[in-house]
Amino acid sequence: MPAAARDIARAPAGASVAVNGVRIEMIERGKGRPLLFLHPGIGIEPGAAVLDRLAERAHVLAPSHPGFGASDLPQSMTTVDDLAYFYLDLMDQLDLRDATVVGVSFGAWIAAEIAVKSTARISRLVLANAVGIKVGGRETRDIADIFAVVDADFNKLAYFDPKIAERDYKSMPEAEVRAVARNRESLGRFAWQPYMHDPKLKGRLHRIRIPTLFLWGTHDRILSESYGRAYCAAIPGARFEPIEKAGHFPHIEQPQIFAERVLAFAQS
Amino acid sequence: MRVYHFTEQPYPKAWEHHKGSLRITLPNRLLDPKIAGDLFHRYYDEWMLTDELGLDIMLNEHHQTATCMSSTCIVGLSILARITKRARLLVLGYPLGHRPDPMRCAEELATVDVISRGRLDMGFVKGVPYEFAPSNQNAVRVMERFWDAHDFIIKAMTSHDEPFNWESEFFHYRQVNLWPRPCQQPHPPVWSTTGSRANARVLGERGIAMATLGTGYATRPLYDSYREGYVAKHGKLPGADRFAYLGLVAVADNEAEAHRRGKAVSIYLPSSGIVAPEFRNPPGYLSVEDNVRMLRGEAKPRTGTKDGRFIDMRTAGVQELIDTGILFCGTPDQVYDQIVEFTEYCGGMGNLLMMGHAGAMSHEDTVDNLTLFSKEVLPRLRAYKQPEPETVVAA
Repeated sequence: MPAAARDIARAPAGASVAVNGVRIEMIERGKGRPLLFLHPGIGIEPGAAVLDRLAERAHVLAPSHPGFGASDLPQSMTTVDDLAYFYLDLMDQLDLRDATVVGVSFGAWIAAEIAVKSTARISRLVLANAVGIKVGGRETRDIADIFAVVDADFNKLAYFDPKIAERDYKSMPEAEVRAVARNRESLGRFAWQPYMHDPKLKGRLHRIRIPTLFLWGTHDRILSESYGRAYCAAIPGARFEPIEKAGHFPHIEQPQIFAERVLAFAQS
Repeated sequence: MRVYHFTEQPYPKAWEHHKGSLRITLPNRLLDPKIAGDLFHRYYDEWMLTDELGLDIMLNEHHQTATCMSSTCIVGLSILARITKRARLLVLGYPLGHRPDPMRCAEELATVDVISRGRLDMGFVKGVPYEFAPSNQNAVRVMERFWDAHDFIIKAMTSHDEPFNWESEFFHYRQVNLWPRPCQQPHPPVWSTTGSRANARVLGERGIAMATLGTGYATRPLYDSYREGYVAKHGKLPGADRFAYLGLVAVADNEAEAHRRGKAVSIYLPSSGIVAPEFRNPPGYLSVEDNVRMLRGEAKPRTGTKDGRFIDMRTAGVQELIDTGILFCGTPDQVYDQIVEFTEYCGGMGNLLMMGHAGAMSHEDTVDNLTLFSKEVLPRLRAYKQPEPETVVAA
């Protein structure tokens, strides 16, 4: 095990790692084969139940992307391509092998951009309610404009049960509120225009030759299931599994089922 | 003091049907092109009168809104450049943050300057938050893109001998060679607006004329930040001509009539803010720190009266708006005194941007307002002696 990976293995929750001088937060839990969890635009909370479920049978690495949470943001990073190369460097630095890469929503877009570039360190790919490609015609909105809705309406679009997303920012610690504000700004930075997709990505998905699983919260009103199935069809041999009673963030609404599906796939 | 007459060229008939947003999503079916044409003709007639009366002219642009039909200020500037004779033509603002192509901006503005025979003032702004949806430009890093576009436009306007190359992070041009070049040398004056002290300081360092809008008796700290930046860069205090203030103006022969007119013009304040909340704060427009304060409910009101009371511009009455320095309203003597008192408070302010028409204010009211102001108030403001820069102590 290289030095950097050993340091992280001992680090507590809320620890960080620097890649090319860019320091990011990274939650690390569990033992076993590496599982890189790439969070959606709303970030990742250290208390998220899905991380503990996954850590029961995998070595979970859950970073906050550059610009999200409390992670550094170099001014030069402006595209999801930049994030994909950053994570390829991170996997090199940590010498991850046979990793399972799991991404949700915006994180799944990053995961797909990683996988079309190189799967040398990746043996399984899981994309949950993934954004990142254009499926419909020029007047079809594939992805609901989440920058044109207030928080309450976003929650109605995103969740099977919107109540679980309610937050009282006045009583939250300031650092957590700051993470919410940074997450929103950084999502705008990477995904404002073209909106939530890379026009080139769909034509490159055929390059993904590793086993790929699509998980799909069926109550997602940001994306349609047909969008997910079209995305899945563009990756050779990819499998599609709906998750009931979940919306755009199935890892939050059905953490147990989400983790079981991911771990079963990772070990298949 | 110079005084510019400004109207947003509204389409007030549609204001009755807004359902929570006069902007962005208001269906354009609510605009009758015949009525819009009549209104445009009327507003340009009033600006021609403005020119004859000795006032200067300011116009702006907004997008997808009934509050301002001027969706491309270059059309208005082009008309005014030819039909007016002497007035300065200030565009404030020209939203660089919403423009994808600064070469086109330089071409448009230089042409207007030539046709007007050197009467253009270029007020560059980043653009209002809710119009990042219609422009689809990214509000994240908008100030970096703004300064890059600004620097490019100035370089294009001041390069005369051979084409140059521009390959910045944001804009890529080859063989840049601006035809026609602007009339004013080295280039038309640059103005901007701000509501933040940090940006006011930057504007001071660059010596760009700075306007504030709706800041009332909270304006002085912004001016002082500008002065700090100006002194740091130029080694002396800026003249009053570097400062501008947008105030609503209603003047009449008697106070009661002036207050009636003041109420009509101040309809701008509540209507301007009628915009669906989801478009008010695109990601990256405000800083992370400002967003944290908003999420925690700690955002502060920014408009105060001279004695420190904060008011809500959307609901304030005429007298409160006068007390706040948002509205200058009364007889010619009263209006003159209010403007001078405000200017003294500012430590000097050389350009009054006078909103002399708003909303459904009638043509007759507007003509009377402009005529009385230019005959009874303007000559005294021209003769008024600004505070000496040396007596202004930067905070």
